[in-house]
Amino acid sequence: MSIYQDLILDHYRNPHNFGPLKKATAKYSLMNPLCGDKIEIQVVIKKDTLTAVRFLGEGCVISKASASMLTDFAQGKSLNQLKALDTQFILKMLGVSLSPNRVKCALLPLEVLHKLVVKNG
Amino acid sequence: MVSSRTFLIKSRKPHMIDPKLLKKDFPIFQSHPDLVYLDSSATSLKPRSVIEKEREYYEEYSANVFRGLYQISEKATEEYEESRSVVATFINAKNPDEVIFTRNASESLNLIAYSLGRKIMKSGDEIVTTIMEHHSNFVPWQQLALENGGIFKVIDINEEGALPLKALEQIISKKTKIFALTHISNVLGVINPVEKIATLAKKINPNIIIVVDAAQSIPHMKVDVQQLGCDFIAFSSHKMLGPTGVGVLWGKYAILDQMFPFQYGGEMIEEVYVNKTVFKKPPLKFEAGTPHIAGVIALKEAVNYLKKIGIENVRKHEKTLVSYAYRRLKETFSDGIHITGPRIAQERGGILAFTFKNYHPHDIAQILDEEHIAVRAGHHCAMPLHQRLKLNATTRASLYVYNTKEDVDKLVDGLKKIERMLK
Repeated sequence: MSIYQDLILDHYRNPHNFGPLKKATAKYSLMNPLCGDKIEIQVVIKKDTLTAVRFLGEGCVISKASASMLTDFAQGKSLNQLKALDTQFILKMLGVSLSPNRVKCALLPLEVLHKLVVKNG
Repeated sequence: MVSSRTFLIKSRKPHMIDPKLLKKDFPIFQSHPDLVYLDSSATSLKPRSVIEKEREYYEEYSANVFRGLYQISEKATEEYEESRSVVATFINAKNPDEVIFTRNASESLNLIAYSLGRKIMKSGDEIVTTIMEHHSNFVPWQQLALENGGIFKVIDINEEGALPLKALEQIISKKTKIFALTHISNVLGVINPVEKIATLAKKINPNIIIVVDAAQSIPHMKVDVQQLGCDFIAFSSHKMLGPTGVGVLWGKYAILDQMFPFQYGGEMIEEVYVNKTVFKKPPLKFEAGTPHIAGVIALKEAVNYLKKIGIENVRKHEKTLVSYAYRRLKETFSDGIHITGPRIAQERGGILAFTFKNYHPHDIAQILDEEHIAVRAGHHCAMPLHQRLKLNATTRASLYVYNTKEDVDKLVDGLKKIERMLK
C-alpha cells in the first residue's frame, strides 16, 4: 500500500494549524540535518493545557501531514497527556506503514512537541 | 570453472553497448523484471560471472591465502594475486605491487591520511581539497589537519559546478603537502580535468602529493594512472560491478615504501621479536589480516567484464544516455527541474542530481519506488557541497551499462506522476 493515501495528501496540501500563532507563550523547533526538514511548534499554555497550537516549517509529505494531524490532536490536551504520546500513536494516527527512514520524518513533529512540553511543563 | 555466458559477445555491433542484452547478464533483473535501477553511483549491480566467481572460490578452493602449503591454498593465492595484476593492468600501474586491497574507497583514502599524512604533516603545513568531495575524501584530511596543527584549505566551485583552474594558483603553495580531489563528483557529475590540475599543482609545488578519489570514474571511463599524473588513486570494487567489501588503493611504489603501516597483524609481517618487528614490503605491508579473498578474486571478473564491453564503450553509452536524460528532463519540466553540475555531457559522467519544484527528495524517491524506480535522495555524503549549493537535499539518478533510454523515459513518467499527486 502506498503511504501517499488521500488523508495524508490532504493534510500535506492543506495543512491544519499552519502558520505563526499570535500571542504564543512557548515555541520549539528541530531540524533533521539529513534531509533538511524543519518543524517549529508554537503554543499557548494555560494551566498545564495547550489552548492553542500551530506549526511552521518545511518538510516532506510525511513530516508535514504528521505535524498537521498532531497539532489537531494536541488542541485542549494537558501536558501530561501529550508527554504520554509515543511512536505507536503517531503511526496509528497516520494509518500507513512506514520504512525506518520515513518513521523519522513522521516522528519529527512529536519530538518537537515533547521537547516543548518538557521545557514548559 | 566459471561458465560466464556473456551476452554482449552476441551483440551485432561489437563497438556499441546494447543495454537490453547486457541486462541478461545481471541476475537481479530476473528477480525484479520491472526494476529501473538508477543508483549505480551508490553501488552497481553485479553480473553473473562475478557472482559465480565468488561461489567458485567458496566451493572449489576455499583456503586462506599465502600461508598454505597445500594445493587449494596455492590456488587461492594464485587467483588472489592474479586479481592484483588484472587491476594493475586495468589502471596501467607500473607494477602490481602498487595495488593494495582494502575494504572500500573510504578505507583507501583513510589509509593514505593515516600512513602517509601522519608521517609528513607538520604544524603549519597545508592540506587542500575541494568543496565537491564525498565525505570520505574530505573528513580524513580535515581531521588530519586538526590533529597535526595543519591548515585545511578548500577549493570552491564556479557557477557551472566546475573547479576554476585559476583558483589552484591562489590556493596551492609550497607549503601544501597533500592535495586531494575527486575525479568525478558523485553529485555534480562533473569530470575534473585531473591531468591538467595535477600538472598545474606540481608546477607550483613539485613535492605535493596528489590523491585522486576515482570511485566514480574507474567504473565509467578509461583511467590511466600514468596519464593522470597523480600519486594515489582510491576506488571501490562494488561500484564497478564487483563485490562489496573490497576497495583498491594504487600508489607510487617509492612513496608506499616510505609510509607507516596501516594496521598491524597477520600477513603484513616479516619477523617479530620481543622488542622489534620487521614489516613486509608493499603491498602486503598494508594488508594486515585475512582479506576478503572471495571478493578480491571476483573483482577480477568485474574488470574482465568491463574489458570485454570496452571501457571506452561504457563512457560512450553513458554520455549518450546522460545527454538524453538531461534533454528529456529539461524539455518536460523546464524550470521546474534544477539539475546540478555542468550542462555539457562532455564534462559530465552519468550522474544527475536534481531538485524538482518544491517536492521533497524523500517523497520523490519514495513515489518513484512505487514505480520500481530506484534513485537516491539526500545529501549523498556531500554535505559541504549541498551547503555551498544552498540545498538541503537532492534526488540523484545515476546511470550505468545496463540502463536504457526506456529507463530514462520511466523516470520522466514517474516525475510526472509526482506532479499529479502532490500538486
